[in-house]
Amino acid sequence: MVRFILRRLLQVIPVFLGTTLLVYYMVFALPGDPIAALFGERQPPQAVIDTLRSQYHLDEPFWVQYGLFLKNLFTFNLGNDFTGQPIAAALARVFPVTAMLAIEALAIQAVFGVAFGVFAGLRRGGWFDSTVLVASLVVIAVPTFVLGFVFQLVFGVQLGWAKPTVGANADWGSLLLPAVVLGLVSFAYVLRLTRTSVSENMNADYVRTATAKGLSRPRVVLAHILRNSLIPVVTYLGANLGGLMGGAIVTEGIFNVPGVGNKLYQAVLRSEGPTIVSIVSVLVLVFVVANLLVDLLYAWLDPRIRYDQ
Amino acid sequence: MTSNNSHFVAPIEETPLLATDAVKTDQAPLSLWSDAWRKLRRRPLFIISALLILALTVVALFPGLFTSVAPNEGCELANSEGGPTAGHPFGFTFQGCDIYSRVIHGTQASMSVGVLSVLCVLVIGVTFGALAGYYGGWIDAVLARLGDIFFALPLILGALVITQLPFFRENKSVWTVVFVISLLAWPQMARITRGAVIEVRNSDFVTAARALGVSKFGALVRHVLPNALAPIIVLATLELGVFIVAEATLSFLGIGLPQSIMSWGNDIAGAQASIRTRPEIMLFPAAALSITVLSFIMLGDAVRDALDPKSRQR
Repeated sequence: MVRFILRRLLQVIPVFLGTTLLVYYMVFALPGDPIAALFGERQPPQAVIDTLRSQYHLDEPFWVQYGLFLKNLFTFNLGNDFTGQPIAAALARVFPVTAMLAIEALAIQAVFGVAFGVFAGLRRGGWFDSTVLVASLVVIAVPTFVLGFVFQLVFGVQLGWAKPTVGANADWGSLLLPAVVLGLVSFAYVLRLTRTSVSENMNADYVRTATAKGLSRPRVVLAHILRNSLIPVVTYLGANLGGLMGGAIVTEGIFNVPGVGNKLYQAVLRSEGPTIVSIVSVLVLVFVVANLLVDLLYAWLDPRIRYDQ
Repeated sequence: MTSNNSHFVAPIEETPLLATDAVKTDQAPLSLWSDAWRKLRRRPLFIISALLILALTVVALFPGLFTSVAPNEGCELANSEGGPTAGHPFGFTFQGCDIYSRVIHGTQASMSVGVLSVLCVLVIGVTFGALAGYYGGWIDAVLARLGDIFFALPLILGALVITQLPFFRENKSVWTVVFVISLLAWPQMARITRGAVIEVRNSDFVTAARALGVSKFGALVRHVLPNALAPIIVLATLELGVFIVAEATLSFLGIGLPQSIMSWGNDIAGAQASIRTRPEIMLFPAAALSITVLSFIMLGDAVRDALDPKSRQR
């Protein structure tokens, strides 16, 4: 197991370096001066441009810039954005909010998706199964941003069950509505994956053995069927974290959540290179590490995977 | 066949032999494709989605058949947020444009971005995946790492960065959106192709073709790829829906199609202004988008069940 972990850890490093290099290159090295873009039509005196260029190391060769950026990233010294605010402090403010949103959305899709999927899969073809299948297709087909507006209007404005916008003080309760919106599409996928997987494993030999040796039905379902059905679900949840990040940008915008997605979108609207690169790099790191964790979870769920490779 | 009363051996239904025994030897075996086609024709899911997609294609190709209002024409601010009137069945947007005509004209953008992106992803992903899986060695290692790098950049996140480049800020069109989507989405297609090619490349018929003097590359193109197509086609159909959603999301965020191109994503973004007063303005483009995505997802589901019975996931 230790060797497996170490090897996967080593594979993460080139991916992270490659992706951040790609992002950094696109933002800073391609034609188009970020400083000039900052000022728009009225260009400042040359001295101001020179000061800004040296402050952001734009006068150094590309590789030196990238090296400095990496060093700063790992010491969490991300510099200032173009309005003079330290980026690290801003990130520290917005990250917990998005983490809360993502955890809530993940919990919703994992818990409800797996539970509904197990019930549907155990009685494949029953009325619950058919209803849930059609409903999940519809949910998958409606894009997150449409769902966001509909939920905001119906539950936030018309029914008044939740605050339509989150605002500055985000807590678990006020993030619930955006988390449901963010998690709903993946909830449908998790449900369908679990359902197929459960109904395939239900007739496996080991399930019959477990039943034959007198285990109770809940124990057979939870410890035997479910554990063996979770592998595709866990893989999907990990791979879908990227989709969750994209969805977070949209959801945070609609519900005015002061999170990473909102910050990133604001930075994009204002073309703030350093902020964009910092946020995207951190998100890529989260994504890569999450997929590493999924791989480890995978090996824990199915010990054969550890020895196969 | 033995009698089923004997309990010394497992009943025949439980042994994998059943599938072998069930083969009728007195008729020619069906190929994967004709077998899949026979299965597809019987599925209502497939028939419904195929008819819907056919209808959407006609609307996308000939919008003039369904509306006489030209794109971005006849918008009167006096009609702002107006209800349905004769000749304008869906009413008017905030800008006073006819919603029905905008929805009809928006079909083209969504469909063309979806189809063109899938074609580009197929070209890049299948080429890279096939080369990596077939030749292995350093080609595989280099292409796999390259794919990993793009794979680690989630679609919307990567698109936010790419569209910051001066070129993309100044030129927005269907093609730039297609480029951004394809650039970020090809690794998945490459991975699937690579796996399928590896499964096929050591088959006896490939060895036979090589022994008969077919070149290594010729064997890949003429024998390996045609037999590795099933998972590729399944993924391509499913991705059509995903890419249409991606285009709408990018347009909604203001980094996709320009305002001058009619697109459902742009219209949904525009309808935000009226969401509290006239939510149905958003409803029409949103419904059109959802129906399109739904039909591609249903098609993908049906195609996967027909072509790939073993991996019925999702």
